[in-house]
Amino acid sequence: MNALRRTVYFTGIVALCAWVLVPIYFIALGAFGGRIGVFRWPKSILPTDTSLAAMQLFLQVEGVGQAMVNSIIAACITMALSIALGAPAGYALARFTFPGQNAYRLLILLTRAFPLAILALPLTVAFIRIGLYDTAFGVALIHTALALPFAALVSASLFQAIPRELEEAAWVFGCTRLQAFLKVVLPLALPGIAATAIFAFVISWNEVFAASVLTVRNRTLTAYLLTVLAESPLHFRFAGGFLLIVPSIVFIFAVRKYLFAMWGIANR
Amino acid sequence: MADIKIDKIAKTFGNARALDEITLDIADGEFIALLGPSGCGKTTLLRIIAGLETRSAGRVIIGGRDISDTPTRARGLAMVFQNYAVFPHMTVYENVAFGLRMQKADEARIKAQVARAAELLHIEPYLERYPAKLSGGQRQRVAVARALAVEPPVLLMDEPLSNLDALLRLEMRAELKAVLREAGTTTIYVTHDQTEAMGLADRIAVMHGGRIVQIDKPTAVYSRPKTTFVGGFVGSPPMNFLPVTAASGAIDLDGLSLAAPRPEGNLLAGIRAEDFALSHSGEGLAFDVMVAEPLGSHTLLTGRSHGQMLRVVAPPNGDYPADTRLGLKPDPNRIVWMDAASGEALRQETAA
Repeated sequence: MNALRRTVYFTGIVALCAWVLVPIYFIALGAFGGRIGVFRWPKSILPTDTSLAAMQLFLQVEGVGQAMVNSIIAACITMALSIALGAPAGYALARFTFPGQNAYRLLILLTRAFPLAILALPLTVAFIRIGLYDTAFGVALIHTALALPFAALVSASLFQAIPRELEEAAWVFGCTRLQAFLKVVLPLALPGIAATAIFAFVISWNEVFAASVLTVRNRTLTAYLLTVLAESPLHFRFAGGFLLIVPSIVFIFAVRKYLFAMWGIANR
Repeated sequence: MADIKIDKIAKTFGNARALDEITLDIADGEFIALLGPSGCGKTTLLRIIAGLETRSAGRVIIGGRDISDTPTRARGLAMVFQNYAVFPHMTVYENVAFGLRMQKADEARIKAQVARAAELLHIEPYLERYPAKLSGGQRQRVAVARALAVEPPVLLMDEPLSNLDALLRLEMRAELKAVLREAGTTTIYVTHDQTEAMGLADRIAVMHGGRIVQIDKPTAVYSRPKTTFVGGFVGSPPMNFLPVTAASGAIDLDGLSLAAPRPEGNLLAGIRAEDFALSHSGEGLAFDVMVAEPLGSHTLLTGRSHGQMLRVVAPPNGDYPADTRLGLKPDPNRIVWMDAASGEALRQETAA
C-alpha cells in the first residue's frame, strides 16, 4: 500500500518534471549540438558533438546584440516602474481601509482583462504621436502595465504578512510613518519585493506581442527573434530559443521560495 | 510628573459605542490595570492613549501636557504589545536599543541602558541573537526590556503575558512587578485575567461595555464589588449572589437571621466562596453538595441551596460526597448587599 503510493507519487513527480524539462533539454541539445546534430535522425538523447558554434554564430548575427540590450533595458525599466508604483499601491491595500478598496483591487486585475491585440493599434498611434514608438522605454511602459497588477497584489500580500504591531512598535519608539516603513517594514519585505521585481523582469523579457507591434528597428530580443527565426536555419533557432529561456529559468529558480510563499504553497 | 488624566475619552465605531466618556486619573508611578472581558474597550482605550487609535471625543493629558493630537512618537511613552512585536530582522541588542537610537542617544548611553535593561530582565546571554532563535518567554522579556530601556515616564502594556504558558506567566508576573516597582514607571496594564490584575496593580479599573464600572484597590474590588458584574468577573471562583427578601428589617436564611440593609424588598446577598462557615450539623442555610473539587490548598464545593447554585470553599481535608447536606453561615460583615433589580451594591454604611 505504502509502496504503491510512493510509486504513484514519484511517477507523478517524474512525469511533471519531464513535461517541463524534456523540451528545455532538447532545445539545449539543438542549441549546442551543432548543425549536424540538429538534423540527425533518430536523435541522440545524449549530447554527442557539443559545440558553441551555433551559439557563437547566433550572437554574432547583426542585431542580436542590440536586441538583447533593448530587452534588458526594457525589462529593467519595467522592473523599476512596477516596484516604484506597485509596492506603494500594495502597501496602501494592505494597511489602509478606504472606500472602494475592493473595487480598487478588482480594478487592478481588470487591467489585464483588455486584450492587447485590441489595444495595439490605438497604442501604436498614440506612441507615434508622443514619440515613444520604436523605443525601449515605450515597450517598457506597456510591460509595466502588464506587470503592475501582479506587483501591486503580490506586494499587498507581502505587506499584509508583516504584523501591523511591528510598525506600531516602531511609532511608539519614536519613528515617523516613513521611518517605520524604512527601518522595519522594508527590510522585512525586501526579499519578497526583490522576487516581485525579478518576476516583473521576466514578464517583460518574455513578452512578445506588444514588443513586436511597438517597435521596428529597436526590437527586443523576443520580437527580433520572431521576425528572423522564420528564415533562419534550425540550429540557429534553437540557439535563440535557448537564450530566451535561460534568464527566465535562472530568475524563477532564484526566487522560487518567495513565489511559492506568494502563491500560498507551503514551503518547508 | 508623569501622571495621566484621561478626560471623557469616547470612541464610536459607526453606531457602536466602544468607549463611553471614560474619565480616569492615574498618579505618577502608579500601576493601573484595566480589567475586563474581551470587547469591553480596554485595548481601545490603551491604543487611544498610545495614539494608535483615533478618539471620537475627549482628551489625554500626560504630565500636564495635552497629548490628544500629538503623534505617537512624540508622546513619550513605551509600549509592550500582546504579540511582543519584537523586530525580527534585528538582534536582541538592536531591539532593546531601538528606542534610544531613535532618540539619537550617544553610543555610550545606549550601551549602558541596554545593559541595564538586559540585566533587569535576564536576557544578557541572548543579546547577539535574533528573535527567531528565542522562546516566547524570552521574546516577551526582550519586548519589556526594549520598553524599559528608553526609561519611559509612561509604560503601556497590552496583555503582555497572555501568550505565555501558565507557569511562565506566574514567574513573569512576579518579575514584572519587581522590575516596574524599581523603575517607578507609571504603568497602564490591560488584561482580561483577573489574577494578573489583582497581583500586579495598585488599582484596578474594571471595565464593562465601554465604561469603567469600578476603580479601586485590588482587595476592595474583590471584597466590595460595586455591581454583580464586578463580583462575578473578579475573583475565582466568582462571587455568589443569593437572592433574598427582606421583611421588617431582617432576612431569614433557613432560620439564620441577618440584619437587612433595607427594611423591605428583594435583595441579592453577594458572598465570596470563602466567607461561609460550614456546619455539618446542618445549621444555617441548607446546601446540597453536587461536586467537590480538592484543589490542594482548599476544597471547592459546588452545590445548590434552594435551587440557587453556590460555590463554597471548604477545608482541604474534609470528605464531601455528593448529596451531602451542609449548613452554611455567611460572615455578615463580608456580605455585599445588592439591589436585586439593578444589580448595584447598596451603600455599605447601612449594612455595617
